[in-house]
Amino acid sequence: MDFRLGQASEEFRSEVRRFLDEHLTEEVVERAWRTGTMHDWGFHRALAAKGWLAAAWPPELGGQGRDPFEMAALTEEMAYRGAPVDGWGTSELVANTLRVVGTEEQRRSVIPRILSGEVIVCLGYSEPDSGSDVAAAKTRAQRQGDEWVIDGQKVFTTLAHEAAYVFLLTRTDPEAPKHLGLTMFLVPMDTPGIEVVPVRTLGGERTNMTFYTGVRVPDSCRVGEVNGGWEVMKVALAFERQPAANQAARRLLRQVEEWARQAPAPGGARVIDYDAARLALARAAVAAEVGKLLGHRMHWLASRGRLPVVEGSMAKLFGSEAFREAASQLLGLAGPAGVLEAPDPRAPAGGWIGHAFRHAQVTTIYAGSSEIQRSIIAERGLGLPRARPPG
Amino acid sequence: VDLELSPSQEELVRAFSACLAKESSPERVRQAEPLGFDPGLWRRLADMGVPSLAVPEAAGGGGGGLLEAALVCEAAGRHLAPAPVVESLAAARALAGAGLLAGPAGEGVASGRAVATLALGPGLPQLVPAGAVAEVVVGRQGPDLAVWRRRPPGVAAPNFASLPVAWLEPGPPAATVPGAGDRHQAARDEWLVLAGAWLAGLARAALELGVGYAKARHQFGVPIGSFQAVAHRLADVATAVDGAGLIWQEAAWAADAGLPEAPVLASMAFLFCAETAERAAAESLHFHGGYGYTLEYDIQLYFRRARGMAQLAGEPAAEYLALADKLYGPRSTGP
Repeated sequence: MDFRLGQASEEFRSEVRRFLDEHLTEEVVERAWRTGTMHDWGFHRALAAKGWLAAAWPPELGGQGRDPFEMAALTEEMAYRGAPVDGWGTSELVANTLRVVGTEEQRRSVIPRILSGEVIVCLGYSEPDSGSDVAAAKTRAQRQGDEWVIDGQKVFTTLAHEAAYVFLLTRTDPEAPKHLGLTMFLVPMDTPGIEVVPVRTLGGERTNMTFYTGVRVPDSCRVGEVNGGWEVMKVALAFERQPAANQAARRLLRQVEEWARQAPAPGGARVIDYDAARLALARAAVAAEVGKLLGHRMHWLASRGRLPVVEGSMAKLFGSEAFREAASQLLGLAGPAGVLEAPDPRAPAGGWIGHAFRHAQVTTIYAGSSEIQRSIIAERGLGLPRARPPG
Repeated sequence: VDLELSPSQEELVRAFSACLAKESSPERVRQAEPLGFDPGLWRRLADMGVPSLAVPEAAGGGGGGLLEAALVCEAAGRHLAPAPVVESLAAARALAGAGLLAGPAGEGVASGRAVATLALGPGLPQLVPAGAVAEVVVGRQGPDLAVWRRRPPGVAAPNFASLPVAWLEPGPPAATVPGAGDRHQAARDEWLVLAGAWLAGLARAALELGVGYAKARHQFGVPIGSFQAVAHRLADVATAVDGAGLIWQEAAWAADAGLPEAPVLASMAFLFCAETAERAAAESLHFHGGYGYTLEYDIQLYFRRARGMAQLAGEPAAEYLALADKLYGPRSTGP
């Protein structure tokens, strides 16, 4: 038994930290949160120059062949420091999916552009009427000769305004059962008929709605079989990187501790001298430790060649729920000033506690809501009977 | 990261689990109430190496570490073993560490003939875990580590957990180690890990009872486990139970490896395992409906012990504050 990530991982972590010290400037972080675009081309290409966009890829495909523990160090440090890497996350997911189910041409033409940092890809799954029930997508793709014509609307198409492609889930057979009438496309964003409308969020991130009107693409943009879109989705969902809510919680803990050590409290004490603050910090620290362990178990199983489905759901569920709870409790320590935001100079911890409180809300929603994770744990982990209606 | 047990650790778990499944059935657990001690079970466990299996070989023990001790405690918690497994393993290590196990103060402890335990808090009198059956109590007296020898009362102070707790009355210790109060602190941290493992084992068993009942019990024509109001709460418990299993293992591993974060992890493990055990037992009890509230069903055995074992460390908030001291240092000023 060994709970360390190992020497290779720790050495790599040190290298990642040095990289972040150099490239993750305050300007990069500030710009990301000011614009809400959690992607920065300069930073992204610096990652590419290190070869880290392909860090987990096998050497024969131009990657560095890093193991799950090294990748854990890389993604943990990025999340802990608040690096804007959402574009990397979605793009690598698509690259991985193409590697499994893409055509030879797609693999040759698209994957190198992703891994070199030239382009990013956004995800076109959710629609106004289908979120958790993603297979209920209604965006229509109809065949016309060698082409497909796409009409519909997607929501939460985050980074559509920066992406070169959208990985688009469409309905090609409205008569077939829900999961058997879907087809996936990789659509260039410069195709006529695509409109991107920004949507602002509670945590300051920018996402988008995207509208597709008479969008014509060649059949070569299709990924997987016609009406085989759900099979593609299954691959893509398995590659979905678990969001790093637990690292965000650790980052928040550090920020609150630093603030509490210097923030004056009545009676000449510091905030950290108060039982209420010590209790809230200690509670959040316990949860962050458990969240870390659930995440490391997932990496360990992956390192053994196993697909940690239930364990991944547990890590996601626990990490995000604990982050939300911690953010709520820790913000309380700031009192009235907790509502202040940057640039108010008296905003506690530069306004980051309040920001974490707002941002935490989305972590229990995206990448499979807490309810979806609980259903996976209950049905696949505990063997409880399926609760949702079939279909 | 390697979360696999070694073959010898696997064997240890297998052997104790098999023994406890037989010798610590719910019937035996009930029969051992209200004292919470089954002499036959204790003799079996002592024959298998409790409590000396986690004492260094140089001190005449089995050479196991805190992890091996905790694995046995987890199995004991799973089966609600009415035997002072946690207490005696922690006390034997403390006595060995202080060089007292082989001396008169530790007489009979290694073989299990004399039950040993830890007094966790300061001052006397205090309520001591396994105090009803313990002849040897390792505690603290001012700056010193102290060992009391006494005739165990043989009856528990009446308690809702059916644990063999009893008062340690003021009296002269049989031995002291001057200035070794920090050894008591270290022993208490080990007890936190072992009790955490015991509670995590209890939590898993309670979860399994709840899941089993949710599959078998039909209402409105379907198993109640098909209702998300039930299933999702059990999923939350299952997640916490897995987390509890990981954190006590990490704490035990860190202690054996001598890592500086071991004391922090000991507190964390105990706190999280204690909360998880109570939650697992309470949720499973709740999903049993009215039956769960009766004494005929087994879930109440878990519910009572979950809180009882956790309570023995003192006020939860106090343990959180102790953890904060370990994490952030003592308060600079008293507000």
